[in-house]
Amino acid sequence: MTNPFPLSKDDLLKCYRTMRTIREFEERLHVDFSRGDIPGFVHLYAGEEAAATGIMKHLNSGDRIASTHRGHGHCISKGVDVVAMMKEIYGKKGGTGNGKGGSMHIADLSMGMMGANGILGAGAPLVCGAALAAKFRNKGEVAISFVGDGASNQGTFLESLNLAAVWNLPALFVVENNGYAESTARDYATAVDSYVDRAAGFGMPGITVDGTDFFAVYEAAGEIIQRAREGGGPSLLECKMVRFYGHFEGDAQTYRATGELDDIRANHDCLKKFGVQVTAAGVISAAELQAIDQQVLAVIEDAVQQAKAAPLPTLADLTTDVYISY
Amino acid sequence: MARKISIKQAVNEALDQEMARDPAVICMGEDIVGGTGAGGEADAWGGVLGVTKGLYAKYGDRLMDTPLSESAYIGAAIGAAACGMRPVAELMFIDFMGVCFDQIYNQAAKFRYMFGGKAETPVVIRAMVGAGFRAAAQHSQMLTPLFTHIPGLKVVCPSTPYDTKGLLIQSIRDNDPVIFCEHKALYGIEGEVPEASYTIPLSEANIVREGKHCSIVTYGLMVHRSLEAAATLAKEGIEVDIVDLRSLSPLDLDTVLDSVTKTGRLVCVDEASPRCNIATDISAQVAMQAFSALKAQIEMVTPPHTPVPFSPTLEDLYIPSAAQIAAAVRKTIKGGQA
Repeated sequence: MTNPFPLSKDDLLKCYRTMRTIREFEERLHVDFSRGDIPGFVHLYAGEEAAATGIMKHLNSGDRIASTHRGHGHCISKGVDVVAMMKEIYGKKGGTGNGKGGSMHIADLSMGMMGANGILGAGAPLVCGAALAAKFRNKGEVAISFVGDGASNQGTFLESLNLAAVWNLPALFVVENNGYAESTARDYATAVDSYVDRAAGFGMPGITVDGTDFFAVYEAAGEIIQRAREGGGPSLLECKMVRFYGHFEGDAQTYRATGELDDIRANHDCLKKFGVQVTAAGVISAAELQAIDQQVLAVIEDAVQQAKAAPLPTLADLTTDVYISY
Repeated sequence: MARKISIKQAVNEALDQEMARDPAVICMGEDIVGGTGAGGEADAWGGVLGVTKGLYAKYGDRLMDTPLSESAYIGAAIGAAACGMRPVAELMFIDFMGVCFDQIYNQAAKFRYMFGGKAETPVVIRAMVGAGFRAAAQHSQMLTPLFTHIPGLKVVCPSTPYDTKGLLIQSIRDNDPVIFCEHKALYGIEGEVPEASYTIPLSEANIVREGKHCSIVTYGLMVHRSLEAAATLAKEGIEVDIVDLRSLSPLDLDTVLDSVTKTGRLVCVDEASPRCNIATDISAQVAMQAFSALKAQIEMVTPPHTPVPFSPTLEDLYIPSAAQIAAAVRKTIKGGQA
């Protein structure tokens, strides 16, 4: 059977592996956090994997992204090492920030990952700067700012849309609309129904896609990323998606309607959708997907064991890396 | 080096020489070109007070007017710095930092620490500081202590054209984020400045006058008020040491302690509001580290704990005067041991 998808079988398997890695990373954190193994705040990306993966599949290490507080999926799909991520979340040396950043501040600048961010909307101005730097370098690089539907109402985000349009930057703004700003419904907190309308208000194209459909995301992202690479300026992409867990781990989610979570898991699981699409087309077999599932479980287990075994930071680490020179 | 230029010219010359030297240096800010997209002269303003005038003709698109969106463009400067550029962003008045502070103190200042020492953010944020322009409460503040409080930021506030040029060039070359404070009332003062490029380290205070009876530790406009006070005091036989901190973070505490050890007396003069400012910090450090050298109580000269008033009569009363500084020095001598 011919491959009806815009990606080769090899690339499809890679994307599935990425999505499954994000899912298992988050599912494992959910369990380990509830056991008390993990300090601080953790915000899980489970359920939203298709968006990060479908977008990042178009990027190279010279392209930059700035993430949100819910950043693990962006990190993994941008190529950040899961062992270093897990060590960071456990507060250990050898983590991406040597334990000084934690879940909300995972970054790997060498991979173009400019950081998860504890300040909602703060990544958008930074991405304008990354895109400006790309414009000066003139190598066709782009920069992407991720925000949730909640942070899409931050002044930083709205100012950045305007700045990116005014400067015609190779910047892209992705609104990950999971329906909730923490516990507050998106439709209550955002005055316009359509992010396409909001983009138009800033003089840029806007697209809305089903963020649980990997292929829809991949196709839309490809179009706007290519335009930005060619000097066509910024765009806004809304991915309508679902959040499997609460705003943070420990959130009882009593604001959700009865049956809502069951429906999300049963009918809006992006990994299930992807599996159905590729197996129905006969491009990938269920056995091939299951093999990846098993491999990913082992990778995550190894990351957790390495994180647990990693040394704790010491007093000597407390005062280093504040300045380069002081 | 007989050539004399103003602080305004010194800023312009430092930017000019660094932009010529390093293509990664770019400048952005509100009206720094000052005419983009309008029908008249391309760089009609060259900055609201003309500080960047003429640079656009040389460097074109490397100088960028911005929308009135301080969060977006200060953040963009920081983001570009994290991606290999050396941006110099002008926050026209430091009072505007309230609308973009997150990008400065939660982003630029913390990248290196949060990211385990793997980030460099070589951004300079230039901003006008200080009172004396009848610019009222939201365009006149000396907010230096808000920045020295934040680990990860460097804070510079020069008082002379020579220091301005050398410190700004050093700040642009520095790989940490630097808040570069330019006192608007000092832009016009002139002093000898070499034409060639040079740097001044961000960690060295400067003794601008030597004396044995009392130390005055200060920065910015207050250096000049302190020099006036010193001239008056000299006629009374009182000789003061004046330490111009120049850089507030890092702080050259050694030079302060050496001076106080020599004189045994300390007056801290700060144009910032009196609580938790540079003067209180210096006072605490000296009290902890050189208490035995003190022959008298430490004195501080600051404005009152009020917003900066508009009425010229009130503003002149607000800004610490040479007379107040001289009186504080006399108090340390009269009130202390012989």
